[in-house]
Amino acid sequence: MTGTGTGTVSATATLAANADAHGFLSPTGVEIVFLLVGLVTLGAAVVTVTTRQLVHAALWLVVALGGLAVEYLLLTAEFIAWVQVLIYVGSVVVLLLFGLMLTKAPIGRSPDADSGNRWAALGVAVAAAAALVWVVADAFRTTWIGLDGDAPQGTTKVSGEILFRHWVLPFEALSVLLLAALVGAVVLSRKKSAAKQSPVKKSREGAQR
Amino acid sequence: MSDTLDVVLRLLAVFVAFLVLPLVVGQTEHKVMAHMQGRLGPMYAGGFHGWAQLVADGVKFAQKEDVVPAGADRRIFQMAPAVALLPYLLVLLAIPVGPGNAVGQTVDAGIFFVLAVMGVGVLGSLMAGWASANKFSLLGGIRTAGQLIAYELPMLLAAASVAMAAGTVSLPGIVDAFHWWWVPWQIVGAVVFFVAGLAELQRPPFDMPVADSEIIFGAYTEYTGLRFALFLLSEYAGIVVLCGLTTVLFLGGWHGPFGADGMGWLWTLLKTAVLAFVVIWLRVTYPRLREDQLQKLAWTVLIPLALAQIALTGVVKVVTQ
Repeated sequence: MTGTGTGTVSATATLAANADAHGFLSPTGVEIVFLLVGLVTLGAAVVTVTTRQLVHAALWLVVALGGLAVEYLLLTAEFIAWVQVLIYVGSVVVLLLFGLMLTKAPIGRSPDADSGNRWAALGVAVAAAAALVWVVADAFRTTWIGLDGDAPQGTTKVSGEILFRHWVLPFEALSVLLLAALVGAVVLSRKKSAAKQSPVKKSREGAQR
Repeated sequence: MSDTLDVVLRLLAVFVAFLVLPLVVGQTEHKVMAHMQGRLGPMYAGGFHGWAQLVADGVKFAQKEDVVPAGADRRIFQMAPAVALLPYLLVLLAIPVGPGNAVGQTVDAGIFFVLAVMGVGVLGSLMAGWASANKFSLLGGIRTAGQLIAYELPMLLAAASVAMAAGTVSLPGIVDAFHWWWVPWQIVGAVVFFVAGLAELQRPPFDMPVADSEIIFGAYTEYTGLRFALFLLSEYAGIVVLCGLTTVLFLGGWHGPFGADGMGWLWTLLKTAVLAFVVIWLRVTYPRLREDQLQKLAWTVLIPLALAQIALTGVVKVVTQ
């Protein structure tokens, strides 16, 4: 845990040191597992948006989000992995299922589960994925982050120190954003409470929580 | 080789605990409820106080036909009991029972691990509720989801308070940092955690999702035989996990009142057993809360209490440093 005050700098130093020792053509066991889990995650995500059965889509989303958590674990980011499970699998998907049950999602195929916008959506998705992959690939190039050093980079301690020293301003800005969403949800639900409240509204209110 | 053997032995021990402890809690519940309500119940199976009745029940469940309703979503219906049960097995891995490394597997962010995985178990009930193609099941599923959303937050906040007090999120680390005065200091958080945990397990008085007198058995209405038994088992495993966690987080785990740490694991088990008794006691004592009372209790009582506990923890922590 040396030099956590300058976490990014020391990380870059580690990268440079390890870059020579590894090649992209001789993968280790962890890397192979990482790739396989990634494929499963991608497959589950694709099924999530293509299946005609609404609740199945939500459950495939569990697989996709869980796969992502496993990827975090493989990168030794334990804390992030458990938070991923806690927030996304434990809360967001439960809210989704809650909404689906309230609106009586049928067993079997939903006739209206297909959107006319699917080609536009595909375009946006591909563009977003391309942009993300390009940015990440360009940012790191051939740098190599060693995971099995004596100072694991994803422990709770390291994450906490980096988050609350280097990234404290974005973190607080995000909290304010979430607070605004929370207040907005309360205001919206208050206004509607006199009129008839639709179930979809309720589940949205919960989602912003 | 000895490393592999060590891992295998640990996994085996956790698995045996997972198989035995929930059954012990179940049998205790039968007997405690019978005595509290002044009725005998089955007294003859096996001789002494009908101890073999549980075994007989198990055999009965195993013999029953495994029915899947015609209109059900077959695969999800069959998968649901496993999704409900397995998370508790995983959680049990991370609960330390004694000092040193008397724990199935040391997890760095232990608190987050156990709470995250416990939340996943509820997905089993939701899957069962939806896939059964039954109105009562669907209602049970909706109530389960509503209850989880309401009670997850106070549980997390109460756990966060202990993590702040100990300055670590690892479960053995928290017990290591424990002092006796933590009990009065964190008592509000402890009560909030325990109550929210009861609600998450859908135990009485928070058993609205399975309220048998109005929606039969909620999400489990259509289940028969072994799959139904698995759901019951997951409830008892949940009790063991919740009581174990409360012990570890709030009651000092293996620390005894006289500083005798030699028999640490015994103290953990004893405290867990007492808490399990309280869970059963509450079931016999309190009537079921209505759905609106449930939501109101979570949002207007437990969450403010948990936040106040966090504030108190923060103040004490800053002052004593």
